[in-house]
Amino acid sequence: MKIINSKYFLTFFLAWMLLISKSSYALLEIEITQGVKSAMPLAITPVDGDMPIAATLLESVVFADMHRSGYFSIVDKKKYPQQKIELDKVDYNIWRNMGIEALLSMRAHATGQDQVRVQFELYDLVRKTRALGHSVTVDSDQLRKVAHKISDLVFEKLTGIKGAFSTRIAYISEASSNEGKKYQLQIADSDGYNPRTIFSSSKQLMSPAWSPDGRRVAYVSFENERSEIFVQNVSTGKRSKVSSHPGINSAPSWSPDGGSLALTLSSGGDPEIFILDIESGKLRKLTNHYGIDTEAAWSPDGRFIYFTSNRSGSPQVYQVPFGGGSPKRLTFEGSYNAAPSVAADGKTIAMVHRNDDGYRIAVLDTDTNAFSLITDGVLDEAPSFAPNGSMIIYSTRHNNSTVLSAVSADGRVKQRLRLQKEKVREPSWSPFRR
Amino acid sequence: MAIRHISVIFFLSLVFVIAGCSGNKTKPDDEANGTSGVEDGAPIDVGEDDYSSSGLDEEGGVILDPLDDPASDLFVRTIYFDYDSASIRDDSMIIVREHGKYLSGNPDRLVRLEGHADERGTREYNLALGEERAKSVREVLLLEGAQEEQIEIVSFGEERPAVEGTDDSALQLNRRVEVVY
Repeated sequence: MKIINSKYFLTFFLAWMLLISKSSYALLEIEITQGVKSAMPLAITPVDGDMPIAATLLESVVFADMHRSGYFSIVDKKKYPQQKIELDKVDYNIWRNMGIEALLSMRAHATGQDQVRVQFELYDLVRKTRALGHSVTVDSDQLRKVAHKISDLVFEKLTGIKGAFSTRIAYISEASSNEGKKYQLQIADSDGYNPRTIFSSSKQLMSPAWSPDGRRVAYVSFENERSEIFVQNVSTGKRSKVSSHPGINSAPSWSPDGGSLALTLSSGGDPEIFILDIESGKLRKLTNHYGIDTEAAWSPDGRFIYFTSNRSGSPQVYQVPFGGGSPKRLTFEGSYNAAPSVAADGKTIAMVHRNDDGYRIAVLDTDTNAFSLITDGVLDEAPSFAPNGSMIIYSTRHNNSTVLSAVSADGRVKQRLRLQKEKVREPSWSPFRR
Repeated sequence: MAIRHISVIFFLSLVFVIAGCSGNKTKPDDEANGTSGVEDGAPIDVGEDDYSSSGLDEEGGVILDPLDDPASDLFVRTIYFDYDSASIRDDSMIIVREHGKYLSGNPDRLVRLEGHADERGTREYNLALGEERAKSVREVLLLEGAQEEQIEIVSFGEERPAVEGTDDSALQLNRRVEVVY
């Protein structure tokens, strides 16, 4: 029964993919919340070649990546003066006169057994030059990877910012069945596709956090009926328990050098932030207040720890020097600011903010103290910056379930990631591959 | 409105059913321990593993543990809390005190306080909040004479809701400390 269903679904899915490629770029999950005035007008011509399914896949993945970033407004392809670009035969003037600044042309051809030769060119319509051009031959099942790689190269060429589409996300999924609940630590591509389970448990899992080298994930597991912190190697699956003190062991966050974890322990009576040296197991207490201190996040240079504390009476975000000292309160807007995530620039902090309508993701610029809400759900949680700071992934309620959504750092473009049956939450965006 | 009302009743009755189940759990153990027929009427000491013993009183009636008396405050094993608060409400205080007195009078008994939060707010903050709630209950138990060694606390934050659902009644039922003997 299940097999029939999944086959049926696959057929339906492929038909749907073909349908959208024929009609327009209207991908279901993309939601533009505001005008994209400052976004760069970009054209992506229909992928040419003799492999329609590969072409559709390539086109939809690159389109979704570029769109989701918030940096581009992708021009409706019905308006394109040329549907097909022969190699280097771009009519620059006619495109430029439409106000379009860049043009991406891709081709996919079958070569050999299950292999695809992918070629692409990026044209700078302002300077009237070919800005990029590559070709690569891969197994067909690697097409998504190639598409994300193309997105990375195009994004970097056009914005000057390193693309983060080839990175991964870790998150927790929760499935219910007759046998009870199943909690899984999963890793997927940055757009939510290719999910793989690296740990599965009948007990709750929480708070996945990537090591800076992208090889390990720290997380909280209740497998022994209490919170404990584990570190697991993503490729080998080898896992070890790194913290199991009396009370709470939670909220792991890696130091930029990968040698330490900031974590929350309540063995001394109330939740405090500690620094654990992973090699030696030595602990150092960083905060000291009878209230709740938790949710540590490191600044990229390792000099500061950001965290949530209710020492003022309500949860707010604080900053404390790595070496210790008195914490400085950073948030004054409203009565609930928690779960800070620090961007690579070290000055932009995303967090969960409560207002009268619910819990939303907010961004604080610590230079200017500008504070802005960038999402509008009722229960948006767990913000995590992309390693290039361009986007934030978070969890949001959708149709009585919990799904992941990505929002551009300026809040203009939101995209729900691929929907799955399970509830998914607590996304953590991986660092760049090293 | 009516539907909402019904769902509240449903959830409350669910709570009673759950509470009833956990209250009954100890009874098979009592029977298995065979705690009957004691000449001096005192409950039999069946060792440290035993956590609910009963015996016959002098008139030959069964001595029941007050924990199992549905009319007793001790029968209430779930303490509810206000949003983002770890303070014990006035109406719950008498119940928590009774548990403290019971533990004080029964130094062999152990209890685990399981702190929980509703789904609103961040998961890590809620894990801390659940522990704060369990600690508030522990404070009162200690004040009433319970010993530290009798009490274990653990927080599950928002990870183990008592009921699924996002309406106010579900959220209220999830902001709780469960007193587990």
